[in-house]
Amino acid sequence: MIHSLFIINSTGDVFLEKHWKSVVNKSICDYFFEAQSRQSNPDDVPPVIATPHHYLINVYRSNLYFVAVVTTEVPPLFVIEFLHRICDTFEDYFNDCSESILKEHFVIVYELLDEMLDNGFPLAVESNVLKELIKPPNFLRTITDTVTGKSTSVSATLPTGQLSNIPWRRTGVKYTNNEAYFDVIEEIDAIIDKSGTTVIAEIQGYIDCLIKLSGMPDLTLSFVNPRLLDDVSFHPCVRFKRWEAEKILSFVPPDGHFRMMSYHIGANNMVAIPVYLRHNISYRDGSGGRFDVTIGPKQTMGKSVENVVLEVPFPKSVLNVTLTCTQGKNSFDPVSKLMTWDVGKIDPAKLPSIKGNITLQTGVPIPESNPTITVMFTIQQMAVSGLKVNRLDMYGEESLPSTGSKSGVKKFLPSSKYKPFKGVKYITRAGKFQVRT
Amino acid sequence: MTDSKYFTTTKKGEIFELKAELNSDKKEKKKEAVKKVIASMTVGKDVSALFADVVNCMQTDNLELKKLVYLYLMNYAKTQPDVAIISVNTFVRDCEDPNPLIRALAVRTMGCIRVDKITEYLCEPLRKCLKDEDPYVRKTAAVCVAKLHDINAQLVEDQGFLDALKDLLSDSNPMVVANAVAAISEILETSDTAASSLEMNSNTINKLLTALNECTEWGQVFILDSISNYNPKDDKEAQSICERVTPRLAHANAAVVLSAVKPLLPIFVSSCRPDILKTEMKVFFVKYNDPIYVKLEKLDIMIRLTNQGNIAQVLAELKEYAAEVDVDFVRKSVRAIGRCAIKVEQAAERCVGTLLDLIQTKVNYVVQEAIVVIKDIFRKYPNKYESIIATLCENLDTLDEPEARASMIWIIGEYAERIDNADELLESFLEGFQDENTQVQLQLLTAIVKLFLKRPTDTQELVQQVLSLATQDSDNPDLRDRGYIYWRLLSTDPAAAKEVVLAEKPLISEETDLIEPTLLDELICHIASLASVYHKPPNAFVEGRGTMRRSLPRNQSGEAPLGEAAAAAPAAPIQQPTVIPGVDSLIGDLLDMDLGGPTPYQQQQMMNQMPPSAPAAQPQGAIDLLGEGLDNLLGGGGGGLDSLGLSDIFGSVSQSSFYTPPQEVWLPANKGKGLEVTGTYARRNKQIYMELTFTNKAMQPMMGFAIQFNKN
Repeated sequence: MIHSLFIINSTGDVFLEKHWKSVVNKSICDYFFEAQSRQSNPDDVPPVIATPHHYLINVYRSNLYFVAVVTTEVPPLFVIEFLHRICDTFEDYFNDCSESILKEHFVIVYELLDEMLDNGFPLAVESNVLKELIKPPNFLRTITDTVTGKSTSVSATLPTGQLSNIPWRRTGVKYTNNEAYFDVIEEIDAIIDKSGTTVIAEIQGYIDCLIKLSGMPDLTLSFVNPRLLDDVSFHPCVRFKRWEAEKILSFVPPDGHFRMMSYHIGANNMVAIPVYLRHNISYRDGSGGRFDVTIGPKQTMGKSVENVVLEVPFPKSVLNVTLTCTQGKNSFDPVSKLMTWDVGKIDPAKLPSIKGNITLQTGVPIPESNPTITVMFTIQQMAVSGLKVNRLDMYGEESLPSTGSKSGVKKFLPSSKYKPFKGVKYITRAGKFQVRT
Repeated sequence: MTDSKYFTTTKKGEIFELKAELNSDKKEKKKEAVKKVIASMTVGKDVSALFADVVNCMQTDNLELKKLVYLYLMNYAKTQPDVAIISVNTFVRDCEDPNPLIRALAVRTMGCIRVDKITEYLCEPLRKCLKDEDPYVRKTAAVCVAKLHDINAQLVEDQGFLDALKDLLSDSNPMVVANAVAAISEILETSDTAASSLEMNSNTINKLLTALNECTEWGQVFILDSISNYNPKDDKEAQSICERVTPRLAHANAAVVLSAVKPLLPIFVSSCRPDILKTEMKVFFVKYNDPIYVKLEKLDIMIRLTNQGNIAQVLAELKEYAAEVDVDFVRKSVRAIGRCAIKVEQAAERCVGTLLDLIQTKVNYVVQEAIVVIKDIFRKYPNKYESIIATLCENLDTLDEPEARASMIWIIGEYAERIDNADELLESFLEGFQDENTQVQLQLLTAIVKLFLKRPTDTQELVQQVLSLATQDSDNPDLRDRGYIYWRLLSTDPAAAKEVVLAEKPLISEETDLIEPTLLDELICHIASLASVYHKPPNAFVEGRGTMRRSLPRNQSGEAPLGEAAAAAPAAPIQQPTVIPGVDSLIGDLLDMDLGGPTPYQQQQMMNQMPPSAPAAQPQGAIDLLGEGLDNLLGGGGGGLDSLGLSDIFGSVSQSSFYTPPQEVWLPANKGKGLEVTGTYARRNKQIYMELTFTNKAMQPMMGFAIQFNKN
């Protein structure tokens, strides 16, 4: 499976290497650098690179390349997913995954990598299991360590969750305030053509949870209109049979943050397009051109469109733009030729607009095509698909066998009766929302 | 207190300092020292000199220290096998530790120390750990068997670890099962002998399916991969596998989803494969900030999904893409427009219009790419769009890429009678003949010969010039041979030459970049793995892999799989459409028609059967090669008629009057990976000949032929 891992920073230094089998010389990364040098954009580096004896599979996260070396036939997605999981774990432990942070905690990094894979096979990957094995760095503990002279970052006992059939949750979780939050997030991916017609529009939806509940709660979540969802994928905790039969999400949640479900709604007619652009971009020979764009709300169900940002990637032949906008701020990066207009909130009574001149480099032909404008926005308290959570129920906590049950005396744990605080939030935002002009 | 400080110690005498610290009495100091050693190790410094001192720190109760020492051992044990032996005792003791975490850690680390002497001591503790009461230890031990197999396969088989591993497949804990499966598949990758003892049967598959629900996502990938290697006995079993695997398609982990597709695909979608994505065209529309490799892949899929129903939409998109900034992507988009024209006849006119619009932009690489595809359009729809030739000729001077130049020359040669100044145009190319790319030279030669045959009166000089350039001033054998053939044809029998050179060309087919059906079947079995990324079977690129091949289970009703049917369908009685040639295949073929694809590439070989060493055996020398080329030129394709191609063409036929039975198929294409062998026996001049015809029905060139005759 995964033979070795190299972590490479943006200047091209291999600053961390880990081998799970025999050692692979880091000169293997030269193949990677070669492929990297051919691309100007770091995201364009092909994820799988073939070398004569090895295959390099990489992901690009937090300005670092995580390059895995494999020698046998493997599912590449397996490796890619796993590399992302490694980054997630680092972020989980250190709140960040930058070079300096990883170097700062390199012993923990090594212990983690060692625990996560054995002989290239995933070993312990669930965050709660890892945290029991290797404690995350913690300011208070560092002080106690320095005072007592003992280090406690490695646990000496086997984590409880490692072998249970719900490996994602550890036992003995306790909170004074029991809370469960659900965020229904929908992202609109769309391509709108010159005339304003929708070429393609789809919704990518997620339900992200923050669960802080004591004990082993068993939750069910139902929707008002579950029929909207036919293309879904779930966190392993969700009982799939129950969903298939009743369209109810039934699960024992992991502790803390996790993505419970993601879904995809593909039919064009289901997707309301919340904003429109009026645009007029034209170039003239010799002098330059005119740029005039107005943005307005379309189908927003009465909610206001916020955090609107427009990005216009101008062609290389554009020297500069002088634009004035009626609201917000705009800036132009002369190197990347990217114009960014931070609009803010759209007031339907007074539509924001931006206009001005484009200066072309002298002596170059006028651009053949107009730029594709990327639009970003957020709409609070609305899921554009109309998806609505019906209710959330908690079971199971009372029925947990308590320690005293054998002697016949039923002794309830103090956590077995609590009323959690529940909250659901809806957000719609732009995913890859592009308008061709 | 951070760890980054360990990276900054680079002063002299560091090793000695570390040595002193490692031998310190204070535990804390020891640990600090080991950390420093590990830090140096990670940045690639050689700290192997401290081996004995570090190993001495191993006997400790402190788990963190123990782990660090283990980490060091894994890295350096190989360099110091003799000293490493002293660690064995600690390992063996740790394998008996009451704490399962330590037992597992010990067995895990021992497997990573690739020193033969240590491996021998590993067997007993490993055997115990495989039967440990704690599943955590068992699952670690399962992986250790794979490690051991990698170091010493014979030892693993002799010690019966394979059976122990197989027993773990029935373990009560799903995680143990998953790791056992992973270990087994790794062992199978490298070993042929293990295959017999580790073969899956319906019983083990059942156990795997049970474990599938409960193990981790990574374990699910291993189990699903393993299930996909198993061919279900009957429909009922296949159905039950489907039922248990299908829920995995809704997993959040993409690797699990794709691995779940793997066992499902061969079972029940072979019949509707081409239609699966028919309605999903829009998913593949390109967003301008997609990574370039995604863009190119999406474009590929779009072309494959194009049909009459969605052509308008696709064409509008392609036109949009052709105006983007990325050169590779724009080129491929332009090419895609041409492909659409060839694929959907009703839209051809619109596609040609779009291409003309693009040529008007005068963007150099767009123009060149457009001309290349327009040549293909002419091949598909002859005598339909000549009106645009004038526009093409306007751009003659800007063409600097060989493929575009060759295409333009082909167009001029093909329509020489309608282009008034064709001779001037071709002559202008001829000036720099020596510096041209081979592809362009070959095209130019053919085009001028065509021109001569069409307008013999005023182009005689030109043809003389090109023939002498090709035959006398060139070092390229392809070019020289082609020149000579034309020369002899023209001088011997101009009428025959006309028939040969100006013969009606077969139409090219709409199917582009087809993957050879048998390869496709194999790749489907390997979906989700590297093979599907590279479009190659795994044994073509993974080292140390046996010749294990997978293929789709044949449909029981005897119906041919669709891929093959599609390949056979366009075989018209006279004209067989050919696949659009790649750049390289254009070289060396006389009529600039490609002979790959469904049109068989015929290679005839006369072999004297007995005695094998008789002088009559004709290897494929120069004559034979010519024979084969001319054979095709004559539109023969009948195969097995003549042994002496050249003499045949000059009329001196020496055919036998004996009865020769018609050729029979000895090796059908679907069994020979696309290679079809037909043959018969014949008697000529009192000698017995075996006539063999090899036909490449695959979409790829074949090479490296060898024939072996066994004693009868």
